[in-house]
Amino acid sequence: MERQSNREGIKGMMNPTRYGIERVAYWLQRLTGLGLLFYLIGHVIETSAIVEGKAAWDKMLELTQTTEGHIILILVIGMSVFHTANGIRVMLGHGGVGVGKPGTPDYPYRPASLNYKQRLCIWVSIALAALAMMYGAGILFGE
Amino acid sequence: MVQEFCLVNKMRESLIMKVHYGTALGAVALVAIHILFRMTQNFSDSLQYESVIANYHFLPYALMLEVVLVLLSVHGFNGLRVILLELKQGIGYERAVNYGCLGTMAALIVYGSRTILMAGMGMT
Amino acid sequence: MAAIDSKISDEVSSTAVSSSNSITLRISKFNPQNDLSSKFVEFKVPVQKWTTVLDTILTVKQHLDPSVAVRYSCRQASCGSCGMKINGKPALACYTKISELNSNIVTVEPMNNFPILRDLAVDMTQMFSTHKKLKPYIIRDDSEVTNDTKEFLQTPKEVEDYLQFSYCIKCGLCNSACPTMATDSSFIGPQALAQAYRYIADNRDKGKKERLKIIDSSHGIWRCHFAGSCSQVCPKGVDPAMGIQLLRGYLLGFRK
Repeated sequence: MERQSNREGIKGMMNPTRYGIERVAYWLQRLTGLGLLFYLIGHVIETSAIVEGKAAWDKMLELTQTTEGHIILILVIGMSVFHTANGIRVMLGHGGVGVGKPGTPDYPYRPASLNYKQRLCIWVSIALAALAMMYGAGILFGE
Repeated sequence: MVQEFCLVNKMRESLIMKVHYGTALGAVALVAIHILFRMTQNFSDSLQYESVIANYHFLPYALMLEVVLVLLSVHGFNGLRVILLELKQGIGYERAVNYGCLGTMAALIVYGSRTILMAGMGMT
Repeated sequence: MAAIDSKISDEVSSTAVSSSNSITLRISKFNPQNDLSSKFVEFKVPVQKWTTVLDTILTVKQHLDPSVAVRYSCRQASCGSCGMKINGKPALACYTKISELNSNIVTVEPMNNFPILRDLAVDMTQMFSTHKKLKPYIIRDDSEVTNDTKEFLQTPKEVEDYLQFSYCIKCGLCNSACPTMATDSSFIGPQALAQAYRYIADNRDKGKKERLKIIDSSHGIWRCHFAGSCSQVCPKGVDPAMGIQLLRGYLLGFRK
């Protein structure tokens, strides 16, 4: 029974608040990962129209080269930049880079692994994603 | 006793994660090239049928697309597998998730490869 | 939500009761024998500058509702007994001052991801059994008694490699905060993984291979995604997130 196990469930896993920017980054990494996977599936399906000939390809372009399509593409640009940049930070962390060194804890017991380097990398990832989205919007809507 | 062939169960999780990291790094590099190809000309011109077909006929680019497809499919579906495994536990469910993700990944790779092969060989 | 008339009678309380220095304490109450779900009961409790959450709960127990079930022991963040969720975040009740919460309403609930025994007391059995599975002791064939030097020597640097991880008081706050533990009932958890690193990093230990084999599973170390919430809530500076990432190095081949 859920009451017995008292697990937070998806609500707890998906809640990005309460624990700082690192938890937000974890949540965004998952969200963007899923978003990119669904985009990949859609992209592979839409690009398969090329084998049906020019008419089918042009029909596909009519569907995707619209305002809504461009907005989706801009979101995908943002998601992929964030997922890549944050993913590199996480991978380096998994290899022990940037997580600090063991030492003797002292009051107020601030964790060395949640240091300014990690926070900076997260904010840089978000900033790069925003910049990439703006650049993408400039290209897609600028034409 | 029938021995069930189970690729995923035979692979240690550390090996799967090394593959996950490797495909991530490979995909980043190749997707960057894939996007840059669209920027060799005006964006909407680069999406015209003739431009795209010309890209597919260029063998190195077609091979690169195939590699990108495999890398991203492996990385993406392994990520989905991890998320699904964390949501619920149980032998039957975990087996279904493992095989389901593997199967869907294979299907996507086959479908995408069909596109690359047919477009590359002029079978449009 | 039930509210109990919570005026503490003057002759019983030894504390000067000031209506301007009081907070509303909301305690999650659940008795599995009687209740279908938990409910919040509110109490008005006087506080002073150094009053901790545990102090307020014990004040409620003493004067207002003796039936509140809560675990506590040392009252100085040494034993790890009083772990609970305070205003939505796992913390030790004895180590959390009311003043640092910056709120007149303090909500205390049992820690997430542990079955509730009653009110604020949770069942720690799974955490302890998982901890045991990781073999939390020095593994080697010889012992200091049979060794010629009579002791296993360690330089200060070698001690520092694992010292902070030995500070773990098994309070369970990290397991409560972990996003993976929220949904994955088979996950080993940050507490056990950090302790696995504590022993692997100890140069006296020879059980690295055994422990690495245990954690290299589909619900082992690889289900940690470095969200860092465990280290955020750890009251002793153990920093389990660091231990887990350093532990991964052994499996990825960066560390020998």
